[in-house]
Amino acid sequence: MKHTISVLVENHAGVLARVAGLFARRGFNIDSLAVGVTDDVNISRITIVADGSDYTLEQIEKQLNKLIDVIKVKTLAPENMVSRELILIKVSCSPKQRPEIISICELAHGKISDISANSITIEISDSTNALNNFEELLRPYGIKEIVRTGTIAIQKGEAAVSVRN
Amino acid sequence: MQRMTVAKAMTECLKAEGITDIFGYPGAAICPFYDELYKSGINHILVRHEVNAGHSASGYARITGKPAVCVATSGPGALNLITAIATAYMDSVPMIIITGQVNSDQIGRDVFQEADITGSAEPFVKHSYLLKRPEDTAEVFKKAFYIAGTGRRGPVLIDVPCDVQKAEIDFEYPESVDIRSYRPSSKGNGYQIKRAAVTILEAKKPLIIAGGGLFSGNAAELMRELSEKLDIPVISTLMGLGAMPTDNERYFGMLGMHGCESAKCAVNNCDTLILLGARLSDRTSAPIMLKKGLTVIHIDIDPAEIGKSVAANIPIVGDISIVLGQLLEQLNNTVSENAVPKHDEWKAMLSQSRVDKGIKQVEKGFVNPKWFIRELNNYLPNRSIVVADVGENQFWTALNIELKNGRFLTSGGMGTMGYSLPAAIGAKTAEPNAEVIAVCGDGSFQMEMPELATCVQHNIAVKVIVMRNKYLGMVREFQTNHYGNRLYAVSLDGSPSYTKIADSYGIENMLVDSKESAKEGIKRLTESNKPFLLEVAVPEMLETIL
Repeated sequence: MKHTISVLVENHAGVLARVAGLFARRGFNIDSLAVGVTDDVNISRITIVADGSDYTLEQIEKQLNKLIDVIKVKTLAPENMVSRELILIKVSCSPKQRPEIISICELAHGKISDISANSITIEISDSTNALNNFEELLRPYGIKEIVRTGTIAIQKGEAAVSVRN
Repeated sequence: MQRMTVAKAMTECLKAEGITDIFGYPGAAICPFYDELYKSGINHILVRHEVNAGHSASGYARITGKPAVCVATSGPGALNLITAIATAYMDSVPMIIITGQVNSDQIGRDVFQEADITGSAEPFVKHSYLLKRPEDTAEVFKKAFYIAGTGRRGPVLIDVPCDVQKAEIDFEYPESVDIRSYRPSSKGNGYQIKRAAVTILEAKKPLIIAGGGLFSGNAAELMRELSEKLDIPVISTLMGLGAMPTDNERYFGMLGMHGCESAKCAVNNCDTLILLGARLSDRTSAPIMLKKGLTVIHIDIDPAEIGKSVAANIPIVGDISIVLGQLLEQLNNTVSENAVPKHDEWKAMLSQSRVDKGIKQVEKGFVNPKWFIRELNNYLPNRSIVVADVGENQFWTALNIELKNGRFLTSGGMGTMGYSLPAAIGAKTAEPNAEVIAVCGDGSFQMEMPELATCVQHNIAVKVIVMRNKYLGMVREFQTNHYGNRLYAVSLDGSPSYTKIADSYGIENMLVDSKESAKEGIKRLTESNKPFLLEVAVPEMLETIL
């Protein structure tokens, strides 16, 4: 089962290595991992999507909490979060195919970020599932390269994963 | 506020933390610190291999209950410490590891004796620091000692580049420390304590498992009180050995793969299990995991240990001495004097399960190690510290040693061979008036032998007992039982005479190969106030469980 875990950490050198190392040596599988600074420059947020049973999730949370640089750990409930991932996808595209691909892109609320004689690059931010579907739609044209950021997520409503609460 | 070098500030930090002894091995990258150390008045004990600086600090810390310090230089010096760091981490021993590092501007360029020690040691430390900014020195040391010595104890590493050691700073040691991301819990949850009290009072066959956390948390006394008050039988893990005096009528031995029958019987038949500071490794948890309808009360300072090996019905996270205090108070309030439970039937059942196979006669020219340890008991003062190594010698000792007010130390979680002598050196340094004995096999002794020089140089009167059977006995037993008796790479042929080795260090010694000579040897060993080595001729093919 997939779990989306939001982790607040001290913004120190080496913290990411500690978190990633913990997952590796305890045999926890990471699907994606995204890091960025928060509104407080001393604190970074690591959003991890991990795969495992409820027992594994409990161990992940407890072991993360033991790392001294980890300030807060919260697993977000799937029905109560907004999760997004950004994808950059470069597809083979002859001038004749452009209208087709552009219309697919518009349907999916994507944006054309670059165009060349025989390729087109599209960016879309959406849920992981929606991005996977979009990727399938473009596959017949010939995908040259895909870059994904990994999922970031936030709780719905007023609740916040922050050091202030 | 005083102006000084970081190297000097480091010694000031150690003094402020009450450190009087440290174990180490110098090298170029830690020289600025050593140059201050010799002026500091701190007693430095020069080991003969860095790993033993770590094991000695471990033995020291387990006796004082406070973080102990070991030091090494950059690169190989630091890397040699890793096994000791991991050993301390597995057994939750508070330790500060100081390592020299190459100059800051050279880090990452593969210069001479450079190793990423904070990276290499990461899986085995509670926390680590690479001290890059000289002005952070005091804060880093304060935090390191705080982290190592609170919560679930563990090793904390401070890596200090050589140029940082030489830098000048304004130094003042902070009085307090606050780490927002580290606030170990102390008091147990009141609701769970109430539930635990009710459960314990209703139990027909309650059982306490005493773990090593009782020593870390200084709560052995409270555990004894709980056992006595409610007439609850106690068994012990390897790490918890000695928390309950071994001659107590409510004590039913050690649990585990090599544990005793009465402890197994207790686990198999109890209805309520009270786990006190025991994480229950795979070697101890198997029978418990299989048991249905058992109520488990698990008290531990580390929430990650609760529910990890054994599912807990009543989890209580907190400092074990505080939680046991709360629990005893709750029980006092709940139970009236005339309704105090008695568990005579339960205890009688357990008493019947005590098996003593007696002492087997061994061939002429050898000593039965079980008999030997039991004989040794007669000569040891109440407050003795016995350090067992790893292998058959570990269980010959663990299963037969009597502990009243003394301590039993061993490398439990990691099973690190070569632990006993350096750890005993640390223990003896921490408590010079206690009788400190290292029991090892001839395999483990050959890993730690160079430390005899440390004993001589620093006049540390550790007594060493080498159970010599010319085999890596436990592996040999494993090959016999599980690999068709194909004995391979377990014979220690080519080994020296251990008494001659002792002679060459100028250490008093004796070889014993009969009951009579063993008695004399034990007498000489315990009467000596200098280091002493006793080589015990043990039959080659003896098993772990005698």
